[in-house]
This record gives sequence, structure tokens and C-alpha cells, in this order.
Amino acid sequence: MDAFTTHTGTVAPLRRSAVDTDQIIPAEYLKRITRTGFEDGLFVAWRTNEPDFVLNKPEFADASILVAGPDFGTGSSREHAVWALLDGGFRVVISSRFADIFKNNSTKAGLLTVVLPQAEVEALWAAAEADPTTQVTVDLQAKQITYSPGGGQSTTVPFDADDYTRWRLLEGLDDVGLTERHLADVEAYEARRPAWLPKALPAIPA
Amino acid sequence: MPKTLAEKVYDAHVVRSTSGEPDLLYIDLHLVHEVTSPQAFDGLRAAGRTVRRPDLTMATEDHNVPTLDILSPIADPVSRAQVDALRRNAAEFGIRLAPMGDRDQGIVHVIGPQLGLTQPGMTIVCGDSHTSTHGAFGALAFGIGTSEVEHVLATQTLPQYRPRQMSVTVDGELAPGVSAKDIILAVIAQIGTNGAAGHVIEYRGSAIEALSMESRMTICNMSIEAGAKAGLIAPDQTAFDFLQGRPHAPQGADWDAAVEYWSTLRTDEGAVFDAEVVLDASSLTPFVTWGTNPGQGLPISERVPDPAEMADEGERRAAEQALAYMGLTPGTPLTEIEVDTVFLGSCTNGRIEDLRVAADLLRGRKIDPGTRMLVVPGSVGVKSQAEAEGLDKVFVDAGAEWRGAGCSMCLGMNPDQLKPGERSASTSNRNFQGRQGKGGRTHLVSPSVAAATALTGRLTAPADLIGA
Ligand code: SF4
Repeated sequence: MDAFTTHTGTVAPLRRSAVDTDQIIPAEYLKRITRTGFEDGLFVAWRTNEPDFVLNKPEFADASILVAGPDFGTGSSREHAVWALLDGGFRVVISSRFADIFKNNSTKAGLLTVVLPQAEVEALWAAAEADPTTQVTVDLQAKQITYSPGGGQSTTVPFDADDYTRWRLLEGLDDVGLTERHLADVEAYEARRPAWLPKALPAIPA
Repeated sequence: MPKTLAEKVYDAHVVRSTSGEPDLLYIDLHLVHEVTSPQAFDGLRAAGRTVRRPDLTMATEDHNVPTLDILSPIADPVSRAQVDALRRNAAEFGIRLAPMGDRDQGIVHVIGPQLGLTQPGMTIVCGDSHTSTHGAFGALAFGIGTSEVEHVLATQTLPQYRPRQMSVTVDGELAPGVSAKDIILAVIAQIGTNGAAGHVIEYRGSAIEALSMESRMTICNMSIEAGAKAGLIAPDQTAFDFLQGRPHAPQGADWDAAVEYWSTLRTDEGAVFDAEVVLDASSLTPFVTWGTNPGQGLPISERVPDPAEMADEGERRAAEQALAYMGLTPGTPLTEIEVDTVFLGSCTNGRIEDLRVAADLLRGRKIDPGTRMLVVPGSVGVKSQAEAEGLDKVFVDAGAEWRGAGCSMCLGMNPDQLKPGERSASTSNRNFQGRQGKGGRTHLVSPSVAAATALTGRLTAPADLIGA
């Protein structure tokens, strides 16, 4: 996983709520067995059918920070949604509320999800729409977002990030490796498990 | 301290707990399918890791599989490559696989309970959000992403934060023709598609206790559509009876030991929930969705809502977008909406009870000539049982198509898809834009509403058929 410390880029204002993972990437794009190359499926239905969809506008084409309405990433557990956003050039998604699995998946793949109050989301939307070149800096170390709405005075918005996840993202650490340090605990637990718990192997005829 | 059912199951699986870090949770059963696993196996290979507990892992082919001509190779080369990858990975890592054509093949959430691998008090994960289905047995079961699939394969554990607790209490008696699907659609309409984020839902109350295991699975299945991490129901005699004698259920003295433990799995008197929702079962009628998320639903006797009357701006915008996509006009009675296709199947409503309910309504009748109905059993086991009961004949005689087992039109990864603009009544769990095929329009319904709708060609409550 790539480490995430700080990122500066422009914002794509996605004025939609409850963006489900079927919209982020539809099922037909999930047939690939690779971990990259999903950018062609990113929001493909909206990009194809809606000429004024935000990512179809040239001024937002290079945005790397997606700012969306509440309940982003609901539905399917497909981590492909996170990969598609990364492949599509996004490093940060901001919303007032994320679906749990999506949020979890992003922390595993190095996409930063930031929860901000809806009012701050609206302010970012307004700033990006007024001037799509507005540079926004997301600093995970300092847990804050900085930008200058309308090119005027700089504003700083703090955000929450739990210390453990933040540390993992800052260091770009792989969870499996971290867990393997506790193998002795896993073995001790396994020794305590009741013998009657089911096993898939060997197969038992019905 | 008094604990909820979910807390008891969680606590019993903590391998390691240190402040400032997530808990490490042991996973009793890991279910695997072809779509979310290839990159996880690649990750293992790249790191030179093995599967820690192949004996606690079970794989099946479900999302991509065709439901016609299932013994020939899959025609779509990309789907075939994904299924082939699962076969190679299962063989290489020593995992049991139920491939197409196998007696145990089926939708991953149908076969776990069917084989008796799903048992009370377990932790169960799968790279699939509807893993919550297994909570019907009092298991803590939840969907995970591909990186987590790799983590479980490698370590049989997952780092987790303690979820919050929500109770959904449903008391009272359901009217005839009203089912578990209507309960859960009503719950989601009430709390919203992400209203239970961060929570595990425990469904309780007399209406839940009266439900069969199949119906309980329907409810727990859709917990994720309310954004919940998991949904569960305290195991009782109904659950024990369902499990007894299944291939992987404990036997003899083990059975007694298991039942003794399972009987302790209920929420203690005085345990505290972070959120509580109450519903009166007797007030419920069949529910259908009109929009493009499962929370946009109403009783079937209502009309398509008018976004202009919605006070909340976000809700109004979402409703406008949904109605434009669905091609619906505010004020239209829901029962006047005509459908092209009826889909009976999926991990929500593709079990034997669902097929029986629908067959009872179709027996001796013909479906509307302008409507096609696809009946897709959730597993090969369900298919065989339905055929033994003669249900396949009922469906075919009524003019429906009887198919092989799999996810099918629930998400249209196989050839079973809606065409752009086509409208379906579907017993599945998601009415997202394009979910059942590009441009397809989905109304979520119960199996009996699906059957009644197939007979008339428009959204229909079963009660309105009587005497028809
Ligand atoms: S039936 Fe539908 S919801 Fe269930 S596992 Fe298959 S695709 Fe997912």
C-alpha cells in the first residue's frame, strides 16, 4: 500500500447523496482478476449518459479530491470501487458520511476518506464550482484541510482520524504483516476453540 | 455487565485486545467466491504466504455463472477467466470448492446454511456485503473487501473495532400475504440506506420469533441495505431444528454441547443498545420500492411520491434523480406500474420457502403474456428440492422460465440482464441504477408480490388476486 501523508489537488464536486458502489463501478467491470486498470468503469453510467456529469466537465477532469454528498459508498463490498477511484486519479474522498465497508476498504488500499460536516462539504462544493482551479491541501499528519475559497483568505478545516488507522496510512503499512506479529496469540486462541465447530474439509455428503 | 447477543459473539472471538489498536478477531468460517478473491490470492502468492486454515474456508461459483446450459464452458471469456482463476486458486491453496454442476454449488449465502456450516455464535465473513444473511442463526457475519479477504486467508483473523448496537423490535402478527421482505423493506424505508452505519442490528420481538429460518435470512440479508455492519437474531428451537442433521452440524454428544452453548446466546436483561427502532408487524402491508435505493420504498397501495413535497433538499434531489431514472411520474398509483420482467431468486429470496410461496400463487394460473418470469433457485440443493416437490412444473406450466442456480439477474454479471429501459419486479436486494443490467429499472418486492405481479403484468399485491 502507498503511504498517505499529505496531498494537494483540485476538487470534483459530486452533488449526489447515497452514491452506491454499483454507481462507482458496475458489476460488469468486476470480472477482471487484476488489481489495477479499473478507471474505465469509474462512474461509467453517469459519464456515458449525463453530459453535464461533473467528471465530464473539462475543468474537473484532473481533480484528485472527490467531495460527495452524504452516505458515499453504500451497497456492495467491492473493493474495486476504491481501486477505480485510485485508478481514476483520486487520492481523497470527502463526505459527511461513508458506508462502513467502503471506508474500511479505502484505508486498506491507501485512499483517504475524510468525514466533514455537511456545511464544510457545501463550502468545498461552492469553492470548487466558483473556481475549479482552487487548490486544496489534505494533511493527514496535521489532520486538517486547507484551501483559499475564491482565492481569498486561507481557511483551515480540522478532521478526525483514529490514531491507529492514521499511523498505518502514514507509514503505508500492510495489515497482514502487522497481524503476523501476533501469531502466538492466534495459536493460543485456536487451541481454545471447541472441537465441535464446523470444518469445510473434509466434505461431508449430504 | 449485561451484554447484547452481538457483544457476546464478538467477545468470544477476541484473540487480542490492546488499547489504541483495533481488536484482533478470530474468524470461524470464511466463504469465498470468484469475484472478490482473485486479487487476494495473488497477494498471498506475491508475499509467499499460504492459507492458514483451508479447513475453515469454503469457495463456490455464483456471481458469474450462467443459469442456462450450465454444463458447457462459460461463453463470456472474461467471466470464464474469473471462474477459472478461482478453480486454480482453490486447487493450489487446498480449499474446498463447489464448482458449477456440483451438488453443493449455489449462492454463497444459501449454501453455508444449507450445508450446516453456518451455526450460532460463529464469526463468518465473505468478500460480499450480504454475508449478513448468516446472522439469522445468531452468528456475527459481515461482508469484507478484497484486502480483508487476503488478511483472513493469511491469518484467519481480522482487525476490528467494536461495533455499536442497534435493536429493531418487531412485535405483532403479520397479515396474510405480508412477509419478512416487507418487514425489512419497511425498516430500511424508516431508517434510510445508511441509517445503521457502524451498528450491528439485532432483530427481536414476537414477529421475528415467529419467522422460519428462511424468512429470518431474508431479513438479516438486507441489514447491509440499511448500512449495518451485520444483522442477527438470537438462535432458538427454530434455528436448532433447521440445523439438526445437516452435513456439517455437530452430532451426538457434540450436538448437545453445541445446543447448550447456543442456548446462552441471547441478549441479557438490561443490556444497552445505542439505538432502538420499533415496528408493529400487524400494521404492515406488502412493500415495494419506487426509487433507486432500497430505502425508497412504500406500501404497494400508495402512489409514486412527489419530490416537490419533500422538505429535505438532499432527499428531494435524490428523489428527482431516482424518478427520472425510473421513468415514473409522481402521483401514479404503484399498482399501475407495468413490468417487463419478474425475477424470483437471489440470496434474499431464492430459498425453498420463497419458491413455495410463489408457486402456490402461480399453481393453475398463467402469467401475463407480456411479462417474462425468471425463477432462479439459490443453490443446486434448492433446485433439487423444488423439483422433488414438483415446483419446477408449476412455474413452467404458468409460463415462467426455470433456471440453474446462481446470482443471475440480481446483479447481471451473467447473461441474465435487463435491457435499457426495461422494468423488473425483483425479489433481490438492490434497486441501484443499472444493477440488473445497463439502464434497467428495478422494483424490489417479496416473492408473493413477484408472483402476483407476474400474473397481472403490473405491481400487484397477492391479496388483490383473491377471486381474480
Ligand atoms: S444473489 Fe445478489 S446480492 Fe446475493 S450474493 Fe449474489 S449478487 Fe450478491
